[in-house]
Amino acid sequence: MTALVASRDGYGEGLMQLADDERVVVLEADLGKSTKSCRFREMYPERTFSLGISEQNMMLVAAGLASSGYKPFASTFAIFTERGFEQVRNGIARPNHAVHLCGSHGGLHTGTDGSSAQSIEDLAIYRTLPNMTVMHPCDDISTERLTVLLSALSGPSYMRTARNKRPRIHDEESVAALRIGKGHVLREGSDVALLACGVLVGEAMTAAEVLSSDGIEVTVVDMHTIKPLDSALVQRLAADCGALVTAEDHSIIGGLGGAVAELLAANCPVPLERVGVNDTFGESGDGDELLEKYGLNSDYIIAAARRAIARKA
Amino acid sequence: MSMDAGGTEGQPQVAELESVALACRRAIVSMVHKAGAGHPGGSLSAIDMLVALYCTRLRVRPDEPDWPDRDRFIMSKGHASPGMYSILSHSGFFDAEELDSFRKLGSICQGHVDSGWTPGVDFSAGSLGMGLSFGIGCAFAARLDASKRTVFVMLGDGELQEGQVWEAAMSAAHHELNNLKVFVDRNRIQNDDFVDKQMRMFDVPAKWAAFEWAVREIDGHDMTEILEAIQWMDGVDTGPAVVIAHTVKGKGVSFMEDNPSFHGAAPSDEQLEQAMEELQ
Repeated sequence: MTALVASRDGYGEGLMQLADDERVVVLEADLGKSTKSCRFREMYPERTFSLGISEQNMMLVAAGLASSGYKPFASTFAIFTERGFEQVRNGIARPNHAVHLCGSHGGLHTGTDGSSAQSIEDLAIYRTLPNMTVMHPCDDISTERLTVLLSALSGPSYMRTARNKRPRIHDEESVAALRIGKGHVLREGSDVALLACGVLVGEAMTAAEVLSSDGIEVTVVDMHTIKPLDSALVQRLAADCGALVTAEDHSIIGGLGGAVAELLAANCPVPLERVGVNDTFGESGDGDELLEKYGLNSDYIIAAARRAIARKA
Repeated sequence: MSMDAGGTEGQPQVAELESVALACRRAIVSMVHKAGAGHPGGSLSAIDMLVALYCTRLRVRPDEPDWPDRDRFIMSKGHASPGMYSILSHSGFFDAEELDSFRKLGSICQGHVDSGWTPGVDFSAGSLGMGLSFGIGCAFAARLDASKRTVFVMLGDGELQEGQVWEAAMSAAHHELNNLKVFVDRNRIQNDDFVDKQMRMFDVPAKWAAFEWAVREIDGHDMTEILEAIQWMDGVDTGPAVVIAHTVKGKGVSFMEDNPSFHGAAPSDEQLEQAMEELQ
């Protein structure tokens, strides 16, 4: 039985792994219990800064710490990082301060809190900023590993995590192979490639099983890094499979699907189908119910894969 | 010039500082005229405080601008860049000839102060309301480093309309940051008009006091009062301190004084000539 895990727990564990580095500091805006930085706070209160419910302030406090040689990890809900977007743009990305933002509770899968808490645009907006690395890991242990790897970055990053538990995708061996900016191939097949991030990686794996039983051979990639996009891998898969599907719990505009579409259009046009939130806001509901209602689960990925294959010349 | 010990050998006399401020005022007006754009008004209102800080108080090293244990000076009202460039150049961070390139392509003197371009600039500003928060981060870092370095921040009074300033004011007091010192340049004018016409600030000192800051008001053009205020700030050890400096926008140039149209406008050739005559 596959363990059920939430990627946000991996962020908390990653911070604990980093704690021996005394330059690592943690910032919170009243949601540390939710983003899981609370674990670091309990052990290292002198290196944890509570800013209250003030995200704009938190962004620049983090920048000031980074400018003084510290490695700030600041977190809140994905949606509330967006309240400080201009602060991230002008105060963090522009001066290239190595501030690491974590936005938890990303996507419709966040669930019953409703649409105000379901960021579906964070990956898109942060991807537009020069210097930014943008990531969305799929499970707890990959989030933990990537959080640890972030501390070596010389520039800023945004990492989205998810609230709810899903089957774990990775194991110790695959996690050890993870690199920021490199997609991780989970299975290989030559008929179509599914590029997914976050909770939809599991949906893509389920879709691949179904397609495989129909004789369709599928590649599945955990595209945990949206920027820099692993363009070499995407172009190789375009050449090898001739049809791609992107899948993300995020707007189809500007996120993983947008990034892949831009790359393909400019370099190697092949059929692409994008599974994502179709330019609409969510609502309250169970995470799986929302994936179903808004067209994001494995059934929709299977249908998209068949469409992409049918469009091959 | 080494400023390690906090200023030059011995304390400069008030008259010397006033003379430096006068030279900086000439540089401010000249560079804005040459660029054909820029913000002279808020530079001229702030310059006396900048001169006092850089010439008597800040522990900085012009030949090692990134010295990690330097005091920080964060110009949050980043459009006062001509004022910053004039005092940084006077202090030896870069040659005065660089001022001629203000706002030109590739210049180290960007339109708004930018730490990525200019030696001695600690904070990339240009979007109001962010500098105090950045100063809090620097103050946290100094505390973690067990360093006695001090973080100074300058805010504009129009800038106080930004909500983030008050988020920051609240958190600086909550965290009892006694290494954080703020000047508010209360020149009463913002981009479009007088502050009181755009958005009244009411009792500014009372607002800071209500946020549990130590507060003092001074005449921001009286060098003796400025020096005393710096000493007072340094003596505040229970939490953050703010000096509300009452100033005149455009101070020193008659046609710019108290004139909202010189918030962000360059003088003509004739106006430059008149300004230089007045700044003798």
